Amino acid sequence: MKAFLTRRKSFVVAASAALALTLSACGGSTGTTSDPTVAEKPTFAAGSTMEKLASAGTIKIGTKFDQPLFGQVGLDGKPIGFDVEMGKLIAAKLGIAADKIEWSETVSANREPFIEQGKVDLVIATYTINDKRKQVVSFAGPYYEAGQALMVNKDNDTIKKPEDVKGKKVCSVTGSTPAGTIVEKYGAVLVPAATYSACLEPLRNKQVEAITTDNVILAGFVDKEPDAFKLASDETFTKEPYGIGLKKDDTVFRNWINDQLEEFSKDGSYKKAWEATAGSVIKTAPELPAINRY
Amino acid sequence: MDVIIDNLPLYWEGFLRTLFLSAVSGVIALLLGTVLAAARVSPVAALRGFSMTYVEILRNTPLTIAFFFAAIVLPRLGVKFEQFEVAAIIALSAYTAAFIAEAVRSGVNSVPVGQAEAARSIGMKFGQVLSLIILPQALRTVIPPLINILIALVKNSSVAGAFFVLELFGYGRQLANSNGDQVMAVLIGVAFFYLLITVPLGILASTVERKVAIVR
Repeated sequence: MKAFLTRRKSFVVAASAALALTLSACGGSTGTTSDPTVAEKPTFAAGSTMEKLASAGTIKIGTKFDQPLFGQVGLDGKPIGFDVEMGKLIAAKLGIAADKIEWSETVSANREPFIEQGKVDLVIATYTINDKRKQVVSFAGPYYEAGQALMVNKDNDTIKKPEDVKGKKVCSVTGSTPAGTIVEKYGAVLVPAATYSACLEPLRNKQVEAITTDNVILAGFVDKEPDAFKLASDETFTKEPYGIGLKKDDTVFRNWINDQLEEFSKDGSYKKAWEATAGSVIKTAPELPAINRY
Repeated sequence: MDVIIDNLPLYWEGFLRTLFLSAVSGVIALLLGTVLAAARVSPVAALRGFSMTYVEILRNTPLTIAFFFAAIVLPRLGVKFEQFEVAAIIALSAYTAAFIAEAVRSGVNSVPVGQAEAARSIGMKFGQVLSLIILPQALRTVIPPLINILIALVKNSSVAGAFFVLELFGYGRQLANSNGDQVMAVLIGVAFFYLLITVPLGILASTVERKVAIVR
């Protein structure tokens, strides 16, 4: 009955979205919004990256294909998620329709090389801004601030904040940064696992009380099994600012993207993109973080 | 090699836990295995059947599945443990006992039938024949295969590292994660500590074998 209801709900959402706008963009699953309004023949300064992309009529964007709610490719081959929505919005401002975007998969290890080699124009892939990476690529944004969070069983009301796990068993990946934080800063007892998904069974069996890592990864688990798990809270206790990676020192392009991000925040398309994707699990819609114009 | 020196306390902790897992599981497996072997040669058909079923199932199942069962399926069935070490010991000893049972059975088969018949003829019961005549000879014959099984057990205990127990291999993985540039050194360190357990076991095997060997 439950599954039936969920499916029905997603059908209604998809159907109403299709009615409200056009039929073109529905990927056949939740988390898809329709095409943003594409700018008609926008003009840009001659020689700028925006002008090149606009006149080419296409843009190459790298994203994760396996990160539910942010960038995930389903059976239809079309990526969906919050990162993907950001890409569509930016492309629309360049006069490029969503179906003219060339998506490619950028996993953590190939993001910098892909940008440097020009295989992608932008990387929007849960990509944390840090100084080491700034040596080789430039970042627009941040457009979202992820951070460490806790996931607990649906019926657990005792753990709300990281201070609540003191002396309790928490599962995380051996040697990872979140594992170090929860043990050293909050005094949890680490139950070490090889992957985050390996932590799910012990949590279900109540052999551990929580799982900890970045909220976006946990949100992906909650999205799959909303009846079993929930985030302890929407609050995060570390900061991982996600940026949009582009070629190093393309300052004009970077500033232009930053301007667009601020505009998305103003005109509500940022919030809309959030609610259609990651917002299904992380209820509090984030404010656009302060743009870092370095 | 700095990574080994810097993290010696971690290695040591992992080493002790590996030693603990192997020792406890080894003792349980030896006892359980011998009982299973005795059941296998007993006159009671039900016992023989049980022992055979147990040995065939455990011996032919991958150890990872045994671990999965102990660490994840058992808790789902309501058998919960505070420590995942308990699950590891259950999996390791249950799995190893099957191999020990087979080794001991081969030892029993090596004792000439005439000995059992002679013991029966002077009025010994089955239990006496087994414990006084057959098993002492059988066990002495199978020292080398038994030690081989125990060496395998020490190495098999590394599977616990994938099931929430921080033993030698678990710490090795943790160190490799945080020292991506020195993975080779980390793994060489892990191998060294395993050898520290397994090589002495091998030496022990040949010593014991020399001492208790039966000249036939």
